[in-house]
Amino acid sequence: MTLRDLINKLLGRETASANTARERLQLVLAHDRVDMSSLTTDLLDKMRKEILDVVAKYVEIDFEEVAVSLETEDRMTALVANLPIKRTLSGDIKFKKNDKNDKNVKGEKDTRK
Amino acid sequence: MSKNTRTILICSGKGGVGKTTLTANLGIALANSGASTAVLDADFGLRNLDLLLGLENRIIYTAQDVLDKNCRLEQALVRHKKEPNLALLPAGDPRMLDWMKPEDMKKISELLSEKFDFVLVDCPAGVEDGFKNALAACKEAIVVTNPELSAVRDADRVIGILNTSDIEPIQLVINRVRPNMMASQEMLSIEDVQGILSLPLLGIVLEDEQVIISTNRGEPLTLTDTLSPAKKCYLNVSERLTGKDVQIIDPKNEGKSLKDKFMRLMQTKIF
Repeated sequence: MTLRDLINKLLGRETASANTARERLQLVLAHDRVDMSSLTTDLLDKMRKEILDVVAKYVEIDFEEVAVSLETEDRMTALVANLPIKRTLSGDIKFKKNDKNDKNVKGEKDTRK
Repeated sequence: MSKNTRTILICSGKGGVGKTTLTANLGIALANSGASTAVLDADFGLRNLDLLLGLENRIIYTAQDVLDKNCRLEQALVRHKKEPNLALLPAGDPRMLDWMKPEDMKKISELLSEKFDFVLVDCPAGVEDGFKNALAACKEAIVVTNPELSAVRDADRVIGILNTSDIEPIQLVINRVRPNMMASQEMLSIEDVQGILSLPLLGIVLEDEQVIISTNRGEPLTLTDTLSPAKKCYLNVSERLTGKDVQIIDPKNEGKSLKDKFMRLMQTKIF
């Protein structure tokens, strides 16, 4: 907080407009930077395949039921993967086929490097 | 290619932030410092660089004519009368809007690279074909922005695209800075803009009425004897671009009146 902010606060005045500008800008950029159009269906498919390949190294997945999608909420975009596991690769059946074990991979995706 | 030419894209996304003015002034400043410099107006739909340099009556050929072999490169280059180290090349004619392709621009910049130390490419506004054409011609970039919401937002889009190309380095110039408004926190600060765009800052340019006057005359400020705030900034940017170790002009130190000093006191961080 700066001296000016303090005085404004004491006098019950609005804060300086640069603060408002900064906050509005940060919000709009958080939204802009996740450019959905840059992640084409092809790329999403490729990513889905690679994620499955990695997971399949460790557990057997029910490929019929797999769902990978991008969901946007409150200006944040998350990658949500639902990968029902049939069994671990050691061979022991740990879950029944229809007993889905949800696995959510969440994280902010930023198209910039 | 024997020369180590620096081909620099000057872009902004938003129009009217001062790309062309920066290109003209940097061009003159670089040429004046002894580097042979070409300014390429890639904005051929709405070209204006010729006006700012006062060369609008001397354009006969364009880069299109060079590529079409209607003329030699030397014939298309418009040498500046007062600064013979500087040459202007308009990319094309406004009447041929959808003619250029990225490969064409690349070819032009290669031709220019054989003759010049610096090639500054004045990029059209927007992020469409005109921008992508200009991008193809360049190795590094200067992103110009103003300390205001729309300009910073558009600059961010442009930076996003530049980051996916192999342009390097990408540097930032913040134009039309008003120290008084920054001091009273009614304008995004240099730190705000730089922090948000996270690019290395090449320099800032102060808001200055002299810029309008020099445009009216067709004489870039860096060519005139006037001691103006913006001229000082353009020279500073030019020096920093050539690798000289000089400090960026700090808007906090501009403005010496008692009011300015009081304003500065007011923005002291207390907690």
